[in-house]
Amino acid sequence: MSDATSLKKAPAPANGTRRVWQGMGEVRHVGLVVALVLLAIVGLITEPDNFATSSNVVGILALASTIGVITVGMTFVIIGGGIDLSVGALMALASVWATTVATQSYGPWVMALCAILVGAGAGLVNGLLISYGRLVPFIATLAMLVAARGLAQRMSDRKTQLIRPENDAIEALSTTKVLGLPLVVFIFAAVAVAGWVLLNRTTFGRRTFAVGGNPEAARLAGINIRRHTLALYALSGLCCGIAAIIIMARTTTGSSTHGDLYELDAIAAVIIGGTLLTGGRGTLLGSILGVLVFTLITNLFILNGLQTSDQLIAKGVIIVIAVLLQRRGLRTPT
Amino acid sequence: MGQATSPPLLRMRGIVKQFPGVRALDGVDLEVRAGEVHCLLGQNGAGKSTLIKVLAGAHRPDQGEIELDGEPQRFADPTAAMRAGIATIYQELDLVAGLSVADNIFLGHERARWGFTRRGEGEKAARELMGRLGHPEIPPRREVGRLPAAGQQVVSMARALSHDARLIVMDEPSAALAHDEVENLFRIIRELTAAGVAVVYISHRLAEIREIGDRVTVLKDGRSVAGNLPARTTPTSQVVALMTGRDVEYAFPDPGEPADDRAEVLRVENLSLKGAFENVSFSIRGGEIVGLAGLVGAGRSEILETIYGARRPTSGRVLMEGRPVRPGDTGAAVRRGMGLAPEERKSQALLLNETVAANISLAGLGRYAKAGWLDRRREQADAHAQIEALDIRPADPRRQVKTLSGGNQQKVILARWLLNGRKLLILDEPTRGVDVGARAELYGVVRRLANQGIAVLLVSSEVPEVLGLADRVLVIREGHLIHEAPASELDESRVLNMIMEGSAL
Repeated sequence: MSDATSLKKAPAPANGTRRVWQGMGEVRHVGLVVALVLLAIVGLITEPDNFATSSNVVGILALASTIGVITVGMTFVIIGGGIDLSVGALMALASVWATTVATQSYGPWVMALCAILVGAGAGLVNGLLISYGRLVPFIATLAMLVAARGLAQRMSDRKTQLIRPENDAIEALSTTKVLGLPLVVFIFAAVAVAGWVLLNRTTFGRRTFAVGGNPEAARLAGINIRRHTLALYALSGLCCGIAAIIIMARTTTGSSTHGDLYELDAIAAVIIGGTLLTGGRGTLLGSILGVLVFTLITNLFILNGLQTSDQLIAKGVIIVIAVLLQRRGLRTPT
Repeated sequence: MGQATSPPLLRMRGIVKQFPGVRALDGVDLEVRAGEVHCLLGQNGAGKSTLIKVLAGAHRPDQGEIELDGEPQRFADPTAAMRAGIATIYQELDLVAGLSVADNIFLGHERARWGFTRRGEGEKAARELMGRLGHPEIPPRREVGRLPAAGQQVVSMARALSHDARLIVMDEPSAALAHDEVENLFRIIRELTAAGVAVVYISHRLAEIREIGDRVTVLKDGRSVAGNLPARTTPTSQVVALMTGRDVEYAFPDPGEPADDRAEVLRVENLSLKGAFENVSFSIRGGEIVGLAGLVGAGRSEILETIYGARRPTSGRVLMEGRPVRPGDTGAAVRRGMGLAPEERKSQALLLNETVAANISLAGLGRYAKAGWLDRRREQADAHAQIEALDIRPADPRRQVKTLSGGNQQKVILARWLLNGRKLLILDEPTRGVDVGARAELYGVVRRLANQGIAVLLVSSEVPEVLGLADRVLVIREGHLIHEAPASELDESRVLNMIMEGSAL
């Protein structure tokens, strides 16, 4: 049988660099790296004086850090076979809750803790509704999106809440620089590295692929699918809490309007990063590269004084092209 | 080989499992000794898969006892069964396509410390297991989705071995394997049993059972009808006799008139689909019912799908009324007068929340439309006529289809095609999920349609159904048409013999 003969064939020996790439499971990201380089070249050509400045690069990374942290959580949820539409709203709610008069009176540490707990707690509610209440993830997190924004508006009375001067330690996360980069970028980097390790080096990560790729196989292998799903949404909520700290640091405010439509940006970044929307396949590095591509586009459009509307059109086109390219890549195995 | 004196490793007694509407297991006993290969035989639907899922902890039995080494067991979930030393290789491959070979093997019991996977260790163990299974060339890091079916089967085996199980259940492990692979499988089974591991082996191929098996348990209609047959010496006729014969005999309608003088409706010429079936040729005349008999996986469904245009054949052609049908195009098949009642009728044919009338008119909405507006009255009237013709109950065109019984749902699908003047009806497992009483009625409907001149192609896993309903029977084994005869010249044991005598050895 042809199956048997093809099995016997020894795999072609991979050369050194290629093996390293494959070992990281990231060989398919070459396209995204190329896209980043191309965008950078466009930036250098169109705005040679402004693009390559250190302040612009720092600005890009700071801009990427908020959505980047959210995207880390989103990557886990989508690989695990779900979707989380509530991320932007959860970030807003966490930022509002952490900047109320009452919370601010306890100082910056409690504010940060509050943001994290609110995010993780709301994520836990998402997870409970989905895994034990058996709601479809789309519906459960859509409901959370609406409700969390409403709650944020109610708590803040639709006003932007400023962080009081005695709590400027929060703002310092954005203004203090180490090695020329603000601390929020290091928070983003830490979350990304922790996420990568969790996804690729722990049993939790392996099982996330299994739960999303073949839930029945995962169940038969003895994995508690409900508990795992619950943990995935709590993790996404936790990331929203961390993102709330970053947005508070960058804007010195908490507001119910923070993170509007972030869920779409995060999902788009995950998808162009090569993660299957149906779950079971994906990489964190791809998602991060996806965030950087989007942020770079935003930056280029702003530098060149172009309309936001054009920027949205460009993003839409990129999503479609990326997915079309990936499908071709899937059909012809490397 | 187990000695007759040793106490059983596993004893299952009086296992009952009830699903909504079906009693899948109705008192099964199974006794397996350490170090033996215990074969489980039975026709499709006899309860083999349910039984092994009970054993693996994936289903909880409603009644009955399970003892392992004399200790009573209650498996709450698959993990509990694995801890007790039972590993299962399922028929549908239970692998995660996006994970590597090593990750799949150790899924759920990863080599890890403090939650951190020890990949080097896992990959080394995976490599050893693949070597032991005779496939050192499969790299532990290869993504399982990129392996061919036989390779995936090896990964499934490796996973079972990785548990250090005392009892390994193999559900048709040879189905996806080529000849030399089967010999390799047997070598591994012999190694396992020599080390005292018991193997429960499910296969339809009697030749395999004679070579590897020690004892045989036969299941029929959810009951164990024999539990201690010697695998090598029990005559085939006795095994087949135990598997056949039913408690409930179905009433089949009288066969049709000989159709020799009628015009040929469908002609299939040397149809082949690589990897599925080869050189299949036959024809059906108007008014004739032709049945395809064969095991699941023998290529039956693929043949139907290729005729209907859902798959594109590698060679050969399909003709309707003498003119070739465009291959790989279901639209062409429908235009030329074919209609398919698929196996999965709920997902592939019915709009469950819609009314009976809407389901019947679905394939021919054009005829009720005037400038895009639906003439609902005519739609209802036509639906009503079909409801009466096929005796669909309750006789209400406005009722939701999901509230109908399985048999009446099947009639709704038939009505849909009849309204469109079909020349050929393809029925894939038409009585699956239809209760016994309603079957006879459905058979009657199919026969009446044939008497009106429609050609019918029937596929069923139940040999008695094919023999009782069809005028002519085609026997399929491993993708080849091996026998063709009028149904009146065949009986159940002969057909079973033909489809089960494996050529794998």
